Amino acid sequence: MMIESKEDLLKTREEAKKEMASYDCRILVCSGTGCIATGSQKIYEKFLEIAKDHPEVCVTFESHDEKEHVGVKKTGCQGICELGPLVRIQKGEQTLQYIKVQEEDCAEIFERSVTGDDVVERLLYKQNNKIYKSPDEIPFIAKQTRIVLENCGKFDAESIDEYMASGGFSALEKALFEMTPDQVIEEVDQSGLRGRGGGGFPAGRKWKQVARQAETVRYVVCNGDEGDPGAFMDGSVMEGDPYKLIEGMMIAGYAVKSQEGYIYVRAEYPMSVARLRHAIKEMEERHLLGDRILGTDFSFHLHINRGAGAFVCGEGSALTASIEGNRGMPRVKPPRTVEKGLWEKPTVLNNVETFANVPKIILNGAEWYRGIGTAGSPGTKTFSLTGSIENTGLIEVPMGTTLREIIFDIGGGLKGGGTFKAVQIGGPSGGCLTEEHLDVPLDFDSVKRFGAIVGSGGLVVMDEHTCMVEVARFFMSFTQRESCGKCVPCREGTKRMLEILEKIVAGQGELEDLDRLQELAEMVKSMALCGLGKSAPLPVLSTLRTFRDEYEEHIIDKKCRAKVCSSLRRFIINPEFCKGCGKCAKNCPVGAITGVRKQCYHIDNTLCIKCEACKENCAFGAIYIEA
Amino acid sequence: MLDQSYYDKTDEIIGRYGKKPSSLIPIMQDIQGEYRYLPGELLSYVAKKIGVKEAKAYSVATFYENFSFEAKGKYIIKVCDGTACHVRKSTPILEALFKELGLNKKKHTTDDMMFTVETVSCLGACGLAPTVMVNEEVHPAMTPEKAIELIHELRGDAQ
Repeated sequence: MMIESKEDLLKTREEAKKEMASYDCRILVCSGTGCIATGSQKIYEKFLEIAKDHPEVCVTFESHDEKEHVGVKKTGCQGICELGPLVRIQKGEQTLQYIKVQEEDCAEIFERSVTGDDVVERLLYKQNNKIYKSPDEIPFIAKQTRIVLENCGKFDAESIDEYMASGGFSALEKALFEMTPDQVIEEVDQSGLRGRGGGGFPAGRKWKQVARQAETVRYVVCNGDEGDPGAFMDGSVMEGDPYKLIEGMMIAGYAVKSQEGYIYVRAEYPMSVARLRHAIKEMEERHLLGDRILGTDFSFHLHINRGAGAFVCGEGSALTASIEGNRGMPRVKPPRTVEKGLWEKPTVLNNVETFANVPKIILNGAEWYRGIGTAGSPGTKTFSLTGSIENTGLIEVPMGTTLREIIFDIGGGLKGGGTFKAVQIGGPSGGCLTEEHLDVPLDFDSVKRFGAIVGSGGLVVMDEHTCMVEVARFFMSFTQRESCGKCVPCREGTKRMLEILEKIVAGQGELEDLDRLQELAEMVKSMALCGLGKSAPLPVLSTLRTFRDEYEEHIIDKKCRAKVCSSLRRFIINPEFCKGCGKCAKNCPVGAITGVRKQCYHIDNTLCIKCEACKENCAFGAIYIEA
Repeated sequence: MLDQSYYDKTDEIIGRYGKKPSSLIPIMQDIQGEYRYLPGELLSYVAKKIGVKEAKAYSVATFYENFSFEAKGKYIIKVCDGTACHVRKSTPILEALFKELGLNKKKHTTDDMMFTVETVSCLGACGLAPTVMVNEEVHPAMTPEKAIELIHELRGDAQ
């Protein structure tokens, strides 16, 4: 039904809640990008099919009192992406979490856990010989604090009714009917919410600056151009709880008296675009978006712009240029976006996670929010935990949580019991934190002190098999490729730094290169035009500081201790195992192996192209790599 | 010369976004979505229709990585080389695909127009690294062997 007033909203919400309570059982199939990749759509369809074959139950909305009412729902990310497809069975207060569910398991789950009251033990999560039934008990989830991701995995990501049943739009209602725009801004300001896109600029202050502009046409823009490789938090929010993001943007619109909003979504997130479009359409149909929302004077229209594959568009002025239909290049500031943003109008530009924090702040108040996290950085932060770690996935923890808690308590430690070497935080604009930083509380200010940034929240864990010089080269090749070319320090500087790094990993570096690298990095950091350029050298600076010995090993000893840099690997034949069969020599494409039959063969490493053909073909395992 | 149907389709796409300069990027995206590349003739046509200079339209189209003036294969395979995938060895997957399809860093599309192989910076499924995206479908936890198998599967599907 159309929602034209506060009464309509309350009524619809009550109905949605009633509908929700009428389910005897809900089958929640994770439909985040990760689980869809492992085949969760098939699982969803299988459950629908099975449910339809059971005449004793009703499926989804065909509710009848005399029959058992079962819902099959697609939810947002349930968190433990690596163990997908994930399925939750929710009955009353109790929820079961199943992992790695295959099509052939569905019938059994239905039989035992949906119509019956049993569990399928082999599909439950296990850790250290302990079996976990409920998702909230699994250490990976139990140790998190979920505010932004609260609804992810619990509600249908494509149903406005389920969002309302979870209390959705209560914050908007409170803002519109109980607060003035200035009070809304004051509340956000008091909460201490800082921009989650990386910079950590206070959101309330930004809103205030927009509100005080003389120009009355203003815009609210959401940055969903999550480009950092290794980060997928914002994508998970957009596809897992699109309504919450929209509600946050609407509250911002009300606060700064804007009538128009844009969400800029990265090209590689087709699912986010689809879910947001669906959500906007539903809200327009119900008249929750449009003119005179809920019968008030507040009007708000929302548009989606898809990125076209330019990392630099994550920078504010480049992003607005892209929405306007131009090349996405940053411009010189001031004037800042709050004064002259989109179409030269005052613009509130925040990232996805920032907006998604807003509804809860309005609802529970600034004081509540300040009670979470640290004094300087209140609230929580989402991180995507990836790399060499046992439990990869999406997490949300209070600001100030230590790396040790994140990596060892939540993440379950290093993959395969490896040794912790470093964690790359903040993507290509960030830096590395090491062993000595494990017990430092993570927040915007503390991380900055160590030459890194929280960034948008990518955490890539690295073990002894990761070469830090190669990592620096990897990030530099990324920023060099993504540099828009407008300012010389970034365009030329990243190119030259990349050349030096390539030289070093190829074993042709000189010690002077390290000084040149340092000098270039400092120069680009201080002189580049935008945030992308200014932060591009951070991975180099941070690895140079912490892992200088590895750089020196590559240069002086021509050695890569992680055995990653292929040009530095030496292939050796162990005389103890070599039977002199000659197979390696036959397989070598460049004739680098010589020898006499029945005697130990020899590899000339100056000719060797490190293709590993000899090693793969040796029946006696006599060939090994020396780093 | 392109067939008239291309221009009709383009008119329909322009209709979705309106004849204004800010529609340029979404229009180009939809044309590329339709034909898997951006035919130069259509770009000029769009520029005239929505009132931007042809040079401007080209400068925008060449700025963004997603736009291609060259026709792409039926299956666009994007090998993720984001941090998480890189750390979990995505490079051998790319190499295996190049070898299997006779492609390299300069030649991205097979002569039969069946496959295009590219790298992408992050697909957002880092928990399942390394990943590969074929058209819009993400394939998790890839290995060079699985990538080759996938090619065989797609070839079978294509015949």
